[in-house]
Amino acid sequence: MEQIITTLINGLSAGGTYAMIALGYTMVYGIAKMLNFAHGDVIMVGAYALFVMFTTTGNPLLGLVVAVVLCVIFGVTIERLAYRPLRGASPLAVLITAIGVSSLLQALAQMIFGAGEKKPVFYQFGNVTIFGISISLLTLITLIASAIIMVVLSLFVKYTRTGRAMIAVSEDRGAAELMGISVNKIIVITFAIGSALAAVAGFFMVWKAPNVTPILGAMPGIKAFAAAVIGGIGSLPGAMLGGILMGVVESFSSSNTYTAPYTDAIVFAVLILILLVRPSGLLGKKRREKV
Amino acid sequence: MSKVVLKTENLGISFGGLKAVQNLDLEIHEGQLYGLVGPNGAGKTTVFNMITGVYKPTAGKFFLDGENLTGKTQEAINHKGIARTFQNIRLFNNMTVIRNVLVGLHNQPEFKCSMISSVFRLPRHFKVEKAMRERAKEILRIVGLEEERNNLSCNLPYGKQRKLEIARALATNPRLLCLDEPAAGMNPHETAELMDIIRHISSEYKITILLIEHDMKFVSGLCDEITVLNFGTVLAQGTPDIALNDPEVIKAYIGG
Amino acid sequence: MEHYINYIAVGAFTLYLIYTSFNGGFDRSASSLYTDIGVAIILAVSLSMVVGFLGELSLGHAGFMCVGAYVGGKLAVLFTDAFTNLDTYIIFAITLAIGGLTAMLCGFVIGLPALRLRGDYLAIVTLAFGEIVRNVFRNAGGYFGNDGKLSTPRLDNQILPLITFGLVLVTLFVTQNIIRSKHGRAITAIRDSEIAAKATGINVTKYKLIVFAIAALFAGFAGVLSSYKVNKIQPDTFDYNYSIEILVMVVLGGMGSVNGSIIAATVITFLNKFLTTDLVTILNENFNSSNGVIAYIKDSLPVIKNIIYALILIVIVIYNNAPAFKGFREKYNIKNLFAAIFRRKQDPAKHQDDEAKWNRVPTKIEIDEVLSVDIQPGSPYNPDKSEKEEK
Repeated sequence: MEQIITTLINGLSAGGTYAMIALGYTMVYGIAKMLNFAHGDVIMVGAYALFVMFTTTGNPLLGLVVAVVLCVIFGVTIERLAYRPLRGASPLAVLITAIGVSSLLQALAQMIFGAGEKKPVFYQFGNVTIFGISISLLTLITLIASAIIMVVLSLFVKYTRTGRAMIAVSEDRGAAELMGISVNKIIVITFAIGSALAAVAGFFMVWKAPNVTPILGAMPGIKAFAAAVIGGIGSLPGAMLGGILMGVVESFSSSNTYTAPYTDAIVFAVLILILLVRPSGLLGKKRREKV
Repeated sequence: MSKVVLKTENLGISFGGLKAVQNLDLEIHEGQLYGLVGPNGAGKTTVFNMITGVYKPTAGKFFLDGENLTGKTQEAINHKGIARTFQNIRLFNNMTVIRNVLVGLHNQPEFKCSMISSVFRLPRHFKVEKAMRERAKEILRIVGLEEERNNLSCNLPYGKQRKLEIARALATNPRLLCLDEPAAGMNPHETAELMDIIRHISSEYKITILLIEHDMKFVSGLCDEITVLNFGTVLAQGTPDIALNDPEVIKAYIGG
Repeated sequence: MEHYINYIAVGAFTLYLIYTSFNGGFDRSASSLYTDIGVAIILAVSLSMVVGFLGELSLGHAGFMCVGAYVGGKLAVLFTDAFTNLDTYIIFAITLAIGGLTAMLCGFVIGLPALRLRGDYLAIVTLAFGEIVRNVFRNAGGYFGNDGKLSTPRLDNQILPLITFGLVLVTLFVTQNIIRSKHGRAITAIRDSEIAAKATGINVTKYKLIVFAIAALFAGFAGVLSSYKVNKIQPDTFDYNYSIEILVMVVLGGMGSVNGSIIAATVITFLNKFLTTDLVTILNENFNSSNGVIAYIKDSLPVIKNIIYALILIVIVIYNNAPAFKGFREKYNIKNLFAAIFRRKQDPAKHQDDEAKWNRVPTKIEIDEVLSVDIQPGSPYNPDKSEKEEK
């Protein structure tokens, strides 16, 4: 029982990280109608920023701030240079460009930092015992932080002018433009928010497993993308649900000796099964073409 | 009276709570030119979508030549003999005009050719290809697009694209041809030409035609029977003169 | 006429290979390069059937190759142990068939979700498939070697390139003949408008499954070939980056253009080898190895290669697709330039029917078609509660 609860909490915590990344995918998809394949590599950029700042100043929080700023700059620049010229082109063209940006970022990181792992040594949090169950404090912090971020983001989208403009653009870009909303500005804001979330997620990821490599963001990126699709891409609650589900499934799978090696396969099999039953994801909107 | 081709019984569909079409009873006879008219949002295209299998009706049934086709897939319904055009043109844009028609001929029994024959270029393949091309040219001649056959369909002007859609539907050798606003966006000259083509198809090839149209002159000039829909229900049925002069219909159009 | 050019070019190269092989032979690296090029062409042409002609995005093509490599490789090991006197080439033929067919079966299974999902959703499913396959082979209880590192028998490196190019010809024959037939028309019709294809009576289900299965079959062949080329196959070779590399070949070649895919596959494979090995040799021969700058360049060549690729990909895609460059593209375009040099003025009506245009290039995936999922034929429509726009 205790074991199950610990696994569940670990899963929720990992799921929170996935959810933060998945939110970036889903927001960009909802608003710019494109798959930002390079989103995972923005995490990697943040991780290197964190690593450099931490090893030079010894202050991880400063590292987090720099990582967030740098990721936002990267996200917005990528949007401006690679994606904006393709506004209105076929989605496949945009996807391929995003793939190109992804490998460009990985190659640049390898050029600058080398392919080897960088291992920053962070402060090791101990365990806390709640109701007789021992949990790593870092896990708990991750869980709480991601919960707070998700609540804040939901409130932001629901109650601020910018947030509502984002919803308007995702519903109907043309109509939003006619209503005087600057679509380009909204898309830039979306990329900025998504990249900032990626930096935060990367911060917790690196703290938990401190090896920074050029391909650090690739696998979590794909999994978070899968999570966004499970939840129904374009839907914010869906990305949160999908991310958490993904984390929990992964956590339970890797806690069992027999299934542990197959964790990745299981996670992706869950994705395929869910899509077969609900082709637009758990909370996704069904859209149908007008005939 | 001649044989009934399409018969709908109490046909209806609702989206969530909204009843888009209800209690629709149609009887279209062989060789008839039947019109479906009504104001915007009356459910005309929805009727088309039901009898071509895009939507599954939530109430009632429909029959083609006495065979119940309710709930069949779009492909199956097309094989049974209902072909359609679309209100917002859906051609195969990256293909030439003749290829659009050739796709329509794909399922004709006389042009059967297995994938094996095609891959190994057996004589059957060449024979079928040649025959298909001949037939496609004939069909294009009917709608007057033979000269355009090697142009890309997306480069055709609007009116010709509509004609090409008719040709493609015709290629599937239908019993019933459903035309969704065939004259939309055409100038008076093109409209007159289209009326001739439709009459020609109807008289020469004995194909029953069901059409949706806003242009009342077009409908009353062409159709021998019409049904007027409003808010998904039948307002009036009969010959164009009688149905269009029905006080309910006038009220629906002019508002009252 | 483009399909004849493909046969002639590939056929001529195959003849050249046969000639060289029996007159002196290739050196090792040439043999390896030719095999790689052949494998890349098979992969690119088969993927272009899915992406360019059917219009579905697949990010898991390397997964099918992985299935072929492992099933074929493992069988080869088993057969070689069990029947010591069986000829190597008979074993190869058997494993090629079984490896290819297993991959084909996987393609069929992955084609099933393709019936319900479109665009990005299908892309993620194919990507997931590739990752699942890799993970399973890596961990299947050591059956496929430790960590999936499986030692497989090799074929004579004088013969393997010949067999590979023989299979390239088979691939071209099958795919081009399908595409240039009524079945190919049906497939491209599905790409252009699935709804209209259904309304025209095309069996969309059948054709989608067939295309996925055939593409997977050839990817499986490519996998078996690659397992006979190396001493050890490893799951990481077949990761999603490889799938993407194949996709890049298809896109750079121009979607829906078989000869474009062939050229792109050849050029990319050749450049891959040139930049990572040949250039190092050249640098070693011409410069003192103690020169720091040269040493640095030498070490970072693979990375530089990746950076160049990525930049080329981004620039080409933006140039080819950005709405802002449309006028420029139409004015200065290589095809027009060639046409002006090599051909007299062409009267479009004089084309031999539409034969010449069977593989017109651009595939447009309309945004609302990508977003529309679950257009299940005839299913009653139950709008979600959040749905407001349906009239």
